[in-house]
Amino acid sequence: MRRLAELGPPLLLAVLLLAVWEAACRLLELPVYFLPPPSAVAVALVEAGPRLAASAWITFGMAVQALVLAGLVGGGLALAVSLHPAAERAVRPLAVALQVTPVVAVAPLVLIWAGLDHADRAVVALAAVVAFFPLFSGILTGLKSADPDLERLFDLYGATPLQRLWRLRLPSALPFALEGLRIAAGLAVIGAVVAEFVSGSGATQGLAWRLLEAGNRLRTAEMLAGVLCLTLLGLVLNAAVGVIGRFLLRR
Amino acid sequence: MADPIAALRGVVVDWPGRAPLGPIDLSVARGEIVALVGASGAGKSTTLRLLAGLQTPSRGEVIRALGVGRTGFVFQSPTLMPWAEALTNVALPLELAGVARPQARSRAAQALGAVGLGDRPDARPSQLSGGMAMRAALARALITAPHLLLLDEPFAALDSVTRRRLIEDLHALWAAAEPRPAMVFVTHDVEEAVYLAQRVVVLAAATGRPVADLPTPGPLPRPARWRADPAYRQTVEAIADALEAAMRPETTT
Repeated sequence: MRRLAELGPPLLLAVLLLAVWEAACRLLELPVYFLPPPSAVAVALVEAGPRLAASAWITFGMAVQALVLAGLVGGGLALAVSLHPAAERAVRPLAVALQVTPVVAVAPLVLIWAGLDHADRAVVALAAVVAFFPLFSGILTGLKSADPDLERLFDLYGATPLQRLWRLRLPSALPFALEGLRIAAGLAVIGAVVAEFVSGSGATQGLAWRLLEAGNRLRTAEMLAGVLCLTLLGLVLNAAVGVIGRFLLRR
Repeated sequence: MADPIAALRGVVVDWPGRAPLGPIDLSVARGEIVALVGASGAGKSTTLRLLAGLQTPSRGEVIRALGVGRTGFVFQSPTLMPWAEALTNVALPLELAGVARPQARSRAAQALGAVGLGDRPDARPSQLSGGMAMRAALARALITAPHLLLLDEPFAALDSVTRRRLIEDLHALWAAAEPRPAMVFVTHDVEEAVYLAQRVVVLAAATGRPVADLPTPGPLPRPARWRADPAYRQTVEAIADALEAAMRPETTT
């Protein structure tokens, strides 16, 4: 019952907004290519369902690959950098520069480097670039977040660097790494979509390509259905990270 | 002192942008209980870290007649690893020393039993009360059978009933240990210091230099109703006076 009470207000608002949208489309007699009513979007979602699902799966796969890649590179680099303050000072500006550079601007370059017939690799690489910073930054902050008194305790008992890393720093870093992963998951989807848009029609067959294709044919309802799929994809990825986090952080 | 377990000889610690600490001369005999009292910022925690070998002095000499792992340390907060159960936390010092896991864990179970937590080996630190978490920290410090046990205001955050119980238990654990560990207990509570220790050392406010070193009367562990005893009360007053004198700026030069 309590869950129902919590779900009530947001659901009510969503239904209300959809009703206003539907009513506005009908009353103002808007053309469907300009703004289709939610009912038309629902129909498009069912009709294009299999195609959209297949494309969502491709985009999902590329985003997950990008997350793994960014996690390995970002985590490894954070680990290396955490060993020496000078290394951190050297790497941080580069990481920040990478973060502030717009991914759209870099995408054509990465496409050339990846080879134009390997657009999927370029998409994974670009999504990984976007996902890199929160993972690197989160893991590095986490590795340095261990309780100073626990660090002293490890000194006192003559812990080896490996013992300190395995038994103190990595467990201390875990919550920060998961928070980084949660942010990176959303960014990876965005990065994958942007990269797909830049790579152009048909080079990859993810959701962004479906959007482009539907747009070219003025199938506005299908475009909206595609956007909805992307939102759902982001939410699923976010929820998956949340579940993993809760499982790992049972305290 | 003939055979100290740990001692500081003319130790000075330079702080960037602050007045240096010391020079400190302090000797801890084997098996004795010493309380350090002093104002906030008098260098009590630094003195403990020096004795633990965790802080290198800028000048002077730190003498430690102990091997690695023979020093126990209890911090102001329990400082347990929040991701690990009580048993794993207590077994940590042994596992860091390379003791095999099953053996370390069975000894940790004994140590938990000795501090009254024998029924909570699987509890996470977040599931323990403040007093119970401190007991686990005590078990962890005692598991290596330390010759020197350093305690940095460990009971300051606990309510007075829990605190008194823990002090009684600490005395009992000390008396039962073979050999009895030397204990250095930092506190800002004069009554706690006089009750707990055989000797109370008063540190000067700014320099952290020991300015008074007074023995406390009565046997250890303390007899029942010892807090009402006139001898105890008189010592508390004497040390409170010494502490007040130590906190006046002109006495610190």
